[in-house]
Amino acid sequence: MSVEQIIFVLTSLLILGSAFMVVTTRKLVQAALWLVSALFGVTILYAMLQANFLAVVQVVVYIGAIAVLFIFAVMLTRKELRDQGSQTRSNWWIAASLGVLVLAGLVSLIIGQPAFNRTAEVIPAGVDTLRNLGTALVSPDAYVLPFEVASVLLLAALVGAVFIASRKGEEK
Amino acid sequence: MAFLYDPVNFIAGWAHGILTGWGLVDSLATVIIYLIGITVLIVFAMVLDVMLVWVERKVVARFQDRLGPNRIGPFGLIQPFADIIKMVIKEDITPAGADRIVYNIAPVLAASSVIILWAILPIASSIYGVDLNVGILYLVAAGSLGTLAIIMAGWSSNNKYALLGAFRMVANMISYEIPMVIILLVPTILADTMSIKGITQAQSGVWFAILSPLAFLIFLISAIAELGRSPFDLNEAESEIVSGFNIEYSGMKFGWFYAGELLHAFTFGGFIAILFFGGYGGFFGLERIGFFSWLNNPFVQAVVFITKAMFGYWVIMWIKYSMPRIRIDHMLAFNWKFLTPLALVVLVNTAILSKVLVNLPIWGYALGMFFSNILIGLITIEILRAYGRKQRIAEGNLVRQVAHN
Repeated sequence: MSVEQIIFVLTSLLILGSAFMVVTTRKLVQAALWLVSALFGVTILYAMLQANFLAVVQVVVYIGAIAVLFIFAVMLTRKELRDQGSQTRSNWWIAASLGVLVLAGLVSLIIGQPAFNRTAEVIPAGVDTLRNLGTALVSPDAYVLPFEVASVLLLAALVGAVFIASRKGEEK
Repeated sequence: MAFLYDPVNFIAGWAHGILTGWGLVDSLATVIIYLIGITVLIVFAMVLDVMLVWVERKVVARFQDRLGPNRIGPFGLIQPFADIIKMVIKEDITPAGADRIVYNIAPVLAASSVIILWAILPIASSIYGVDLNVGILYLVAAGSLGTLAIIMAGWSSNNKYALLGAFRMVANMISYEIPMVIILLVPTILADTMSIKGITQAQSGVWFAILSPLAFLIFLISAIAELGRSPFDLNEAESEIVSGFNIEYSGMKFGWFYAGELLHAFTFGGFIAILFFGGYGGFFGLERIGFFSWLNNPFVQAVVFITKAMFGYWVIMWIKYSMPRIRIDHMLAFNWKFLTPLALVVLVNTAILSKVLVNLPIWGYALGMFFSNILIGLITIEILRAYGRKQRIAEGNLVRQVAHN
């Protein structure tokens, strides 16, 4: 095994183990922290694929914003940070079998793909992937429409949040 | 002579030769050399950190009209080592009811969120960890790991003051991250790259602090807020919440937070130097003249960089020890109603002008950028003055009304 493969296996174990802990631990804040660990593992995968931009954005957005918000919301809303009672419902086996079925379907699909056995192409020196990504996001031939639609959606959410916040002030 | 111009690669090549000479596989030798390199970089940062304890104590003493440490060694230089020995031999306390694992990880994460910044810090043109093409975003990402460390410390300590400190810190960091990210786009636009080294090289002619003084000021303010230093030290406001998020930590675990904070301040001094004052270079084109070619020597560049970073650190200390603590609602209002809109205006201005002025000679470009910033600054001050006047008139009317009744 090459060094990269060893790192990949270790990272996958980290991601899967953390993801398992997210759903099994009884302390909510700890579950959120395990989620951070899983997300960080995905960052390592991106970095190994030479997707620097995605790796850093993964940390900024998922760990810096979303996970911090999760932890914050959990800490502010719940008095007791432990869950009592059984962690499974009576029909858990339906969910489990559905999960196994979906996994089997996905695996068979991926193995059928011609790209399954290919090794990653080495990015030639001098190609700035970041610049290509940036150009693709704003070029009319590529993704400018989805990009702008997403921007408008976020702007609408922002305006809505400001509106709700200011309405509350009036009622007082 | 190769050593004088590219010391890191020279030593790495020499060590690689030795390791392969011992019969090691080529790739394994490379991995070992990288590991040694990482260790050397971290050790350098931590040894510097020890000296920063002395610098900080000496400078704060001068600001407060005291002498500072002066008993142990010349100028008290041995004092930080005494401090460290004291910290290491203190009792290590874990509070009952603390979440042990999270409690113990938090200080390590806090210190490492600073140390990973050194990976992208170019100390000289040939002495740097890695030249990422997303360096600017990496800076932001490391900051969010620091936020996470503080939440973990505050929550796991099982102490209400620690939790309050963590809440305040997170509110502070999440808010001030926004003007910081916006303003980091200004050097990105000016240099046309997000790589830290590229930004340094783009300033060999003229510093970005001259092209955009407002961007520098906004970055300085948001950097201080991100550091959680006074006037934004609500997270450890000792008169209100005792010591904030690190209240339960003792011994070297507290030491990690303390060391992390000092190194963080110095590192941000370094980033201020890199982003706005030319980093290791920025001699206004002087280094291209034959007589001054010694300025290109990596050792000279390292000295220049450390000096500039120390100056940035000194400015941060200067502000810390001269300003009272800001109230939390003022802090949020200052960020959302003043800093963020101003940062957006500066960004739009830079983006438009960098395209409009692109065909002018360098001095025309620099002057246009500089005076547009001065204009924005003057307009901002006028708006603030008008707003303050309106407030004072409203207050005066209120007082008059009360007196009349």
